[in-house]
Amino acid sequence: MNLKRRYLRDRLMQLLVYLGTLVVLVPLFFILYYVFVQGIGALNWEFFTRPPAPPGEEGGGMLPAIVGSLIVDTLALLFAAVFGIAAGILLAEYPDHPLNPVLRLVADVMAGLPAILMGLVAFVLVVQPMGHFSGLSGSVALALIMVPIIIRTTEGVLKLIPWEITEAGLALGLPRWRVILSLVLPAARGGIVTGLMLALARGAGEAAPLIFTAFGNPFLTFNPLEPMDTLPLKLYVYAISPYEDWHRQAWGAALLLAAAIMVTNYLARRAMRS
Amino acid sequence: MADDVRMETKDLTVYYGKHPGVKNVSLPIYDREITALIGPSGCGKTTFLRALNRMHDLNPIVRVEGKVLLDGEDIYDPSVDPVLIRRRVGMVFQRPTPFPTMNIFENVVAGLRLVGVKDREELRRAAERALKMAALWDEVKDRLHQPAVGLSGGQQQRLSIARALAVEPEVLLMDEPTSALDPVSTQAIEDLLTRLKENVTIVIVTHNMQQAARVSDRTAFFLDGELIEFGRTEEIFTKPKDPRTEAYITGRFG
Amino acid sequence: MPNWLYQRLGDRLFAAVIVLFSLGVVAAAAAIVAVLYFGGREAFATFGFFGFVLGRVWDAVRGQFGAWPPLLGTLITSAAALLLAFFPALSAALFVVEFSSGRLREAVAYLIDLLAALPSVVYGLWGIFVLVPLVRDYVEMPLFTWAAAHAPALLPILGPPTGIGLLSATLVLALMIVPYASALARDALALVPQSQREAMYALGATRWEVIRRVVIPYARAGIFSGVVLALARALGETMAVTMLIGNSVNLPYTLFGPASTMASLIANEFTEAEDDLHLSALIAVGFVLLLIALVTNLIATWMLRRMSHGEGRR
Repeated sequence: MNLKRRYLRDRLMQLLVYLGTLVVLVPLFFILYYVFVQGIGALNWEFFTRPPAPPGEEGGGMLPAIVGSLIVDTLALLFAAVFGIAAGILLAEYPDHPLNPVLRLVADVMAGLPAILMGLVAFVLVVQPMGHFSGLSGSVALALIMVPIIIRTTEGVLKLIPWEITEAGLALGLPRWRVILSLVLPAARGGIVTGLMLALARGAGEAAPLIFTAFGNPFLTFNPLEPMDTLPLKLYVYAISPYEDWHRQAWGAALLLAAAIMVTNYLARRAMRS
Repeated sequence: MADDVRMETKDLTVYYGKHPGVKNVSLPIYDREITALIGPSGCGKTTFLRALNRMHDLNPIVRVEGKVLLDGEDIYDPSVDPVLIRRRVGMVFQRPTPFPTMNIFENVVAGLRLVGVKDREELRRAAERALKMAALWDEVKDRLHQPAVGLSGGQQQRLSIARALAVEPEVLLMDEPTSALDPVSTQAIEDLLTRLKENVTIVIVTHNMQQAARVSDRTAFFLDGELIEFGRTEEIFTKPKDPRTEAYITGRFG
Repeated sequence: MPNWLYQRLGDRLFAAVIVLFSLGVVAAAAAIVAVLYFGGREAFATFGFFGFVLGRVWDAVRGQFGAWPPLLGTLITSAAALLLAFFPALSAALFVVEFSSGRLREAVAYLIDLLAALPSVVYGLWGIFVLVPLVRDYVEMPLFTWAAAHAPALLPILGPPTGIGLLSATLVLALMIVPYASALARDALALVPQSQREAMYALGATRWEVIRRVVIPYARAGIFSGVVLALARALGETMAVTMLIGNSVNLPYTLFGPASTMASLIANEFTEAEDDLHLSALIAVGFVLLLIALVTNLIATWMLRRMSHGEGRR
């Protein structure tokens, strides 16, 4: 009967959807499992506190890369936050401004550009004039990647703030700029911070734009004007090296990165839901 | 015959989670009559209506107890196929919902395509019949292949009615079908309902008492999930038996 | 200061600062295009724009730079990865929106988003040490030995079964864009109003019929644009691809053998480039990649704006 055939098709498609979903999820568990099992052994005290050993020698750690990640990523977030939040405010609070169509198009398109291109731009604009690699140039590259994310999330959360809040502020006689700074932005604070966290998570995982900007540095330094190492960069270099001990440490770095991103994502989701 | 019972509920109770939205309602729906369900917001009339074509199946937190009989058979019996029930008991919703990716013709015959009707002539005849019953044919006959979303609100609602009628249901459930429409469109739809009932049994939920009085043969008054009173429309509106019915009718609440 | 001054001056100043920084964003975008263009100009001038883009030889030693090998590699890996990724991504999106609810739904959505957030280098690491041996031992070697015995004509197409090469790189790329594409498809499907589904169910439809006839058509703009955005992502993917593709710029490519993409070429050679022409050629490759990525992104945005619809309205 025709109805039987329709139900058969319904069941078949349901099965295919389940299978397809498994195809997506099984590799995830596969990857997470390997990263955990291979990496957990490498995350010891030495990993976090020692600089790398010379090639071929066992031991050593990733202290410079961890510190470098923190510095380069934070600096990048600072740059990106200033520009990104401002642009988000313009799009959300001044919707009639003539710059908006251009700004929105720029933000949308920038979001989809390959990260390595930002590295090229930072190379030409920062590394070449300075004459050497630097953590700063890496921050510039990462900031270019982070800005579109921050613009999008800031605009999104500001638009959710009810107009009544702005109205109430204006009714009290406050100028527009006070209303935005003292009423609207604080109300949106959670969402903006979430956006910053998501941008940070994204930047923290990037290696391609840093290959020829921050470049890497086996020695610990806190000076962003010097070449700096980051976790993803170190991961890459170690992974393609011929040394087993470096492979072990690469898994450790992978676990650290994956864990940090998992936590950030979870926090961001929790924040978004409330 | 007009006094035969087409559908009937027996002790129908519908739970949203723990909370019962409809409590022990036993109500007969008479064949080829218009039965109106009235009551204040939240009284359970829409919940009751949706139980009549098993729409609650779609909502995992809803539980239905009791029986709903269609021609004597319980539609909630495990051996009964909800897909078949929904062909026999159609529904029109509060907001017109044309399928935006289909043109007018495709919208009307969407239900027929489901059962595999492919013959273009057959589809065209069915579409014409349904659109005429929905009093929309003259307005769209020359633009059947234009997007359905180009129609006005009232036309879209009549399109939704035509779409529901095209599969020739025995019963048509209508959930406040004119509440989103302007007075002219509302009138047009009320007019077609009177003609429709010659072929189709109609159950209409409405928060507009005047509409219920104008259009329906029998009226059921709901309050807090319970069926308070049910009877011929003139009696309900002129000689209500229950004081709560009278209070609602005279506008003292709701 | 007088109140009106506080108001007007404050407003003007604030707006000016906001606009200034926003202009900075636009300027940054313009800078990206300008820097890449001018950086690549020497190479474009030396070989001609199309001579460069279509040039089949990339030889740093002889100073001959043609971008066709990496361009071809990018196109092949991205298109193939997208084809592989499409159905799983759509399935997972359908599962989340149409086939699950409550905690299961949230858990699966969270896991897919997690996959999307994993850094490329982590995929690459896992690829080198887990995927590559698997592909080599269970796909490439068996196929290669079979072909050697039964269809030797296929051998030049298959290439050396080392595991590192085009196939592994494409597989990991597909793996990476699935969650991204799935999240986009999921967003599109979630926007379909429940009233649309109900209207179709009310006509007596099975769940799949509702999905096929109403939900997917309604969401098709979002799904298509999601596909195009996923393609844009694939085009620029660098780390995992670089780690698995073998980095050879010699044509012709083989299925198992090493190859190159525009992004992997830049990542590989940039720090080694010694003369200005080499550097310029690499930046020029970046410019070509930028053009392709721009066009793809613009198509996605245009698609979304043109094809999406609200409820019917006059």
